[in-house]
Amino acid sequence: MERKSSFAANIFLILIFFILYAPIFYLIFYSFNSGGTMSGFEGFTLDWYKELLHDTRLLIIVLNTLVIALLSALISTVIGVLGAIGIQAYKRRQTKNTLLALNNILVVSPDVIIGASFLILFTMAGIQLGFYSVLLSHIAFSIPIVVLLVLPKLMEMSPTLIDAARDLGASQWNVLTKVILPYIAPGIFAGFFMALTYSLDDFAVTFFVTGNGFSTLSVEIYSLARRGISLNINALSTILFVVTIVLVVVYYYLTQRSGSGAKGVDFRR
Amino acid sequence: MENKVSKNLYMIPYALWIILFVIAPILLVLYYSFFDIEGNFSLVNYKNFFTPVYLQMTLSSFWYAFLITAISLLVAYPTAYLLTRTKHKHLWLLLIIVPSWINLLLKAYAFIGIFGAYGVANNFLEWIGIGSRQLLFTDFSFVFVSVYIFIPFMILPIFNALDNLNPSLLYAAKDLGASGWTTFRRVVFPLTIDGVKSGIQVVFIPALSLFMLTRLIAGNRVITLGTAIEQHFLVTQDWGMGSTIAVFLILIMFLFMGLTGFRKRGA
Repeated sequence: MERKSSFAANIFLILIFFILYAPIFYLIFYSFNSGGTMSGFEGFTLDWYKELLHDTRLLIIVLNTLVIALLSALISTVIGVLGAIGIQAYKRRQTKNTLLALNNILVVSPDVIIGASFLILFTMAGIQLGFYSVLLSHIAFSIPIVVLLVLPKLMEMSPTLIDAARDLGASQWNVLTKVILPYIAPGIFAGFFMALTYSLDDFAVTFFVTGNGFSTLSVEIYSLARRGISLNINALSTILFVVTIVLVVVYYYLTQRSGSGAKGVDFRR
Repeated sequence: MENKVSKNLYMIPYALWIILFVIAPILLVLYYSFFDIEGNFSLVNYKNFFTPVYLQMTLSSFWYAFLITAISLLVAYPTAYLLTRTKHKHLWLLLIIVPSWINLLLKAYAFIGIFGAYGVANNFLEWIGIGSRQLLFTDFSFVFVSVYIFIPFMILPIFNALDNLNPSLLYAAKDLGASGWTTFRRVVFPLTIDGVKSGIQVVFIPALSLFMLTRLIAGNRVITLGTAIEQHFLVTQDWGMGSTIAVFLILIMFLFMGLTGFRKRGA
């Protein structure tokens, strides 16, 4: 089909891409500003990056964020994969649907609700707000995402594979580790990665359940941004942008190679 | 059967998670909504919710969420449509998605700079002769930044729906004499309505509950349901009232899911 309006269409798309990327590059651009504000570029400097590197408090927060992300992704992947296998094993359609509905509640719930209800939960359970409450919350909201990414892989697996393994004398454990897990590995990988990014990106839930002594990067950015503009945040966002791009490229490359294509591309909240 | 035993074994941690982190929190929110600020059992929170102050807040929260969703849809649909017509459409789609992977707070922070008194937006307004004005801490900036943040989430499901559309249907419509607009209204849009619905789902509910944007961009001028919950839980420590608003937000969520039908995000 030829399009008369393809010129207008291109202008429209260029405008959309410009609007989507301009704020990000705006941040990056001013991270090199010696002037100290986000208006009027005075001169090139790397001072903000140097200051960032010498900020031990911030480095500890970065470390906290990474530890929480890795631990929560790992634990939620294990629980989520087992849960998905369990759900798949139920024969009755209604049981499956009920479990899936329960599973999806935390995916569709607004972050404020998750945060507020977890705050009540931890207070009632007597868990001190801090590292463990944040870790538990991150595990909790990552599990359903892992399940949603692993389940399609399990569904497309032919049950004859398991029957064949049994016939050939494989034990339960062997069926799990030698047949099921290798088959659903791309889903597991996608789930782990998505849990990692959800955890790294989360602000609202962490904001509710974190105590005074413990902070993650998102919470720190929020409290800095509420105080106004400081080009440290710009420098930080440049670094985070580069890391994000690297992660996206790695993830895209790995999912392409494992054959699941762009299906694994999902969103953060 | 040994299969059953192992199945139940797999399910133990997962079932514990469902009980502790899905069911218990909802019940606790419901439970807390029946206590006033002194910890006495009462229905005062529900009574308060139906006073003009809270009803007006709920209404304005809905209005903003509606505006944000509608504008996102109006921008996202043509974008998704045009994207499916490009070469390398999946690469372009990925480029649309990448900004959604950048921390939301950093994007909000960028707009504090852009909309600031001496920011780029005001420079531009001055350059075209309108003159600088207050942009930050207005309704406009809140809606603009929210739309900016939600656009990729709206584009993806619509793109997928359009991408799955069989092109021979379009040719058939054309052969039968339908104009471009008729084809869109009678063929394309009805067939991609599921994508539109999931897009609306992933935008509307979060738009009701985002509190960090109202704080950072709208400067407390806009109070959404989310802002009110945050305020009650973390500032005034009135968990009962906060829970009551949360109960209504949960009800709205279930109602909305029932109306639009649940679909996995981004699917």
